[in-house]
Amino acid sequence: MKPRPFEYLAPSSLDEALGQLAERGDRARVLAGGQSLVPLLNLRLASPEALIDLNRIGSLAFVEEREGGIAVGAMTRQRELERSSLVRDRMPLLPAALRHVAHFQIRNRGTVGGSVAHADAAAELPALLRAMDGHVIARSARGGERRISAGELFDRHLTTSMSPDEILTEVFFPDLPSRSGWGFHEFAKRHGDTALAGAAAIVAIREGRIASAAIALLGAAGTPMRALRTERALTDTAVTDDIGAAVQETVREEVDPVADVHGSAEYRRYLAGVVARRAIADAIERAPR
Amino acid sequence: MKTIPVAFAVNGEPVEVSVEPRKTLADTLREDLGLVGTKLGCEHGACGACNVLLDGHAVRSCLLLGVQAEGAAIETVEGLGRDGELTRLQRAFRDHHALQCGFCTPGFLISVTEYLRDVDAPSEEEIREALSGNLCRCTGYQGIVEAVSSLLGEEEAP
Repeated sequence: MKPRPFEYLAPSSLDEALGQLAERGDRARVLAGGQSLVPLLNLRLASPEALIDLNRIGSLAFVEEREGGIAVGAMTRQRELERSSLVRDRMPLLPAALRHVAHFQIRNRGTVGGSVAHADAAAELPALLRAMDGHVIARSARGGERRISAGELFDRHLTTSMSPDEILTEVFFPDLPSRSGWGFHEFAKRHGDTALAGAAAIVAIREGRIASAAIALLGAAGTPMRALRTERALTDTAVTDDIGAAVQETVREEVDPVADVHGSAEYRRYLAGVVARRAIADAIERAPR
Repeated sequence: MKTIPVAFAVNGEPVEVSVEPRKTLADTLREDLGLVGTKLGCEHGACGACNVLLDGHAVRSCLLLGVQAEGAAIETVEGLGRDGELTRLQRAFRDHHALQCGFCTPGFLISVTEYLRDVDAPSEEEIREALSGNLCRCTGYQGIVEAVSSLLGEEEAP
């Protein structure tokens, strides 16, 4: 038997789950797809007193077209989002990035809300949400419902600004700006491994100049981060062949990577520049002129 | 320790077991149901040896709790062949030397069973990407890629 013993609760409605969580607070953990939490239980790095399993709450799994974007229920499997024809047609950036989330067997079970709430600084979905200026809906028995922007959500590695009695219920991905293109690149030692660095770029071009640019980086700091200085430097510049080299340079100046057994901070800084250059090149290439 | 009764289907047969909530589905299959074809390697989702089909989709059974299988249809490697006959996929593995010690093979067979159902004409790179969720420590993968490639473009189900 791997995990320490815990109380197992399988509520059939969100209200029931919120009530159970309110009673137990940080002594309980919410179980979504379990692709990050169960390894932590098996390794005994996490030992909650109770697990509140959301997998019986059918109302938390949906992919819906909304005004200005696509709303995704927290319990939607990553594989479902990756294969949704609505998402593929309206936001091809999402499936392009989701391909890099571990392996299809993990995405079959792993959820969109779970990945965002896990807040891994090297994960794809949190970085996408940052690049797109998306938001999440969090609910609690005490405070009802609140909306948290991607910029406010990611506090530090594996930690969000949600309180212990809140459950993330929905992730909202806004449409890309009109006349924009996108790019996503990451570098991992093997396909499906945690990325050493990754970048999502969204660029709108008007009359040969960059009207807006968003670059989000994963694995480049303690949280998924926006390369704000690079974005400012790009805005209103003419589209030329030198842009990639300039982006690579400024991104390397503003990232703050953390060294670990997989790569030094210096190596990750180098890679962040490379993936940002590649992502911005694809975004410019895809943007309608 | 307190156990919870769970009812689900394995390889088409209804089963009922009573397990502790902290017991993984992999351990439930192996210890309570005697289905030891499902292997456990890393026990944290990295190696793929424990893959089973959950309602038709390949998942890590070491990252599911036995109690979460309530009402589900599980297929394990024992359920792939019928009446002592190997499936086309299993025969292809044998014919292309896609296994040596065989420890990782059930996990590969489960993954590829789902994969072949979903793909049309993947490139070798796409096949390798699909196989990346399973680790093998002895074949060097080439035989596995060849076994999978040999089945593509054929009409019959695997």
